[in-house]
Amino acid sequence: MSWISYVIFFAVIALTLYITYWAAKQTTTASDFYTAGGSLTGWQNGMAIAGDYLSAASFLGIAGAISLNGFDGFYYSIGWLTAYLVVLFLIAEPLRNLGKFTMADMIGARFGAKKVRGAAALNTITIVMFYMLAQLVGAGALIKLLFGIEYWIAVLIVGTMMLIYVLFGGMTATSWVQIVKAILLMAGTIVISFLVLLKFNFNFIGMFDAMRTATPHGEAFLHSGVVYKDTIGLISVLIALVLGTAGLPHILMRFFTVKDAKTARSSVIYSVWIIGIFYVMTIFLGFGAAKFVGADAIIAENAAGNMAAPMLAGVLGGDALESFVAAVAFATILAVVAGLVLSGASAIAHDLYGQIIKNGNVTEKQQVNAARIASILIGVFSILLALGSEKLNVAFLVSLAFCVAASANVPTILMTIYWKRFNTTGAVASMLTGLIVALVLVAISPSVMSPVEGATLITGNPIFPYANPAIISVPAGFLAAVIGTLVSSKRHEKDEVAYAEVRFKAETGYKELDN
Amino acid sequence: MSNQTARGKSTLDYEKIVETEDFKALVKRKQTFSRPYVIFFFAAYFLLPLLTGYTKILETPAIGYLTWTWIYAFSMFVMVWVFTSIYMNKAKHFDNDVDKIIEKNVLK
Repeated sequence: MSWISYVIFFAVIALTLYITYWAAKQTTTASDFYTAGGSLTGWQNGMAIAGDYLSAASFLGIAGAISLNGFDGFYYSIGWLTAYLVVLFLIAEPLRNLGKFTMADMIGARFGAKKVRGAAALNTITIVMFYMLAQLVGAGALIKLLFGIEYWIAVLIVGTMMLIYVLFGGMTATSWVQIVKAILLMAGTIVISFLVLLKFNFNFIGMFDAMRTATPHGEAFLHSGVVYKDTIGLISVLIALVLGTAGLPHILMRFFTVKDAKTARSSVIYSVWIIGIFYVMTIFLGFGAAKFVGADAIIAENAAGNMAAPMLAGVLGGDALESFVAAVAFATILAVVAGLVLSGASAIAHDLYGQIIKNGNVTEKQQVNAARIASILIGVFSILLALGSEKLNVAFLVSLAFCVAASANVPTILMTIYWKRFNTTGAVASMLTGLIVALVLVAISPSVMSPVEGATLITGNPIFPYANPAIISVPAGFLAAVIGTLVSSKRHEKDEVAYAEVRFKAETGYKELDN
Repeated sequence: MSNQTARGKSTLDYEKIVETEDFKALVKRKQTFSRPYVIFFFAAYFLLPLLTGYTKILETPAIGYLTWTWIYAFSMFVMVWVFTSIYMNKAKHFDNDVDKIIEKNVLK
């Protein structure tokens, strides 16, 4: 690492700390802490959504996957982008109209029973923990590679930074760190894409021609099937990608950081354009890395290809560009884990403590304090887990998070809005079934079980054939919702709000003043 | 006045409002609008792995060595952008309808 690397790296950290200092002065209420007081405009929130979405998995992961596996890596881009149509057409506005801080609020707007909110909070915490563990382990590995420092020190640095953003700046700091990072990330990606295209003389079609012979896969690099030889397995991954987004707590939370459903809608439009353009550029990152860095060099650095983008930046733009890209990747991870801490803390402090234990009788000050304590709890716990997980394959943690989100959250969210007969038993059955089926199937999948000694957690032949169980666990979540609703004879009328009211509020955004 | 900030003093007779012709018409218009798009994008999305997994028809070159697989993938991007724009425009009309319903039933 040259001096310029340190300058760029510390400039990015200083910028994010300044944002936190500025944000801390305007964070006083629970609403400020969780949702930046709902003060973000459409484009700001759109950038923040894009920032949340362009995590290390997107930026480092997709670039690496395309560079090593060609078109099969691009499935992630297609799936995650199409997911926004699901969010926009089915979920964004009703969610915003019914909820306050969390996804559990929205389900709680119809089902008041504590077990419903408890199950929703449990799912949120589970998803957040898997996702955060993946990001922290990835961050530790990245920083270890970039600066040659020990893994445990790297994890502690990331963990401390994320807690500083969240504790002092709450959602305002987290959002603005996301916005700034999204701009830096787009800028870096545009520069690399431009340099890649320059190498191909701006001949887009010619680039595809060149890629036929640039990798060990030959022409297959440009077709589907390098990794996903089994179509059912591929469909399973695609189900998790397209539905999982609509159940990720830190993405859903973004619909509460704006003042109304109209702004929520417009922020989705901004983010769809930014993310779409970014995902198109993942082709240039991936192809460029495959051609100019080479599969052997990429794999030598990291088997999953995670270092492909920074390495490509180094080849094309020298030390300065590589450091810039690495610093942006670092900021990306920090911003995403901060958002995750917040959504996990909201589930603990707002749902479990505020609504379930205290029945909603908490003062503003108690709420903010509870949120800070919950942030520390979830932050410290995930740092401790990450410290012991250096050797863990992080890819399956991310796919697990998406799978749990798609299986455990999405059926209940959709049915709460759209199904008149849906009831308390159906909601609890669906959330728990989706969660348990997804977890159990992953535990017996090739991600956890492998006949090769030491490759995964358990040595042995996988019982379930697909790495991603969404094709079974998502239908299980929906089925449990229907069966749970139909078989339950017990009525929960005092806890359930009439569907007419839910429907009217979901469609119109009408709110009663005393709420 | 924006519908999204509509707030009333008390609980409304929701059972009655959702049975009004205006509200039923709004829900129906929203559903008739979005259903074809939702069906289409899910169908287009899951058709891709079926075509790449069980057939070879997308592996033929379309322009130079750019195959139909990539053209299909790029079309998905265009679809997402077009559908979000259509949704955005249409949603403005629905906002107006909602404003009218609120005005009639809540603010009278």
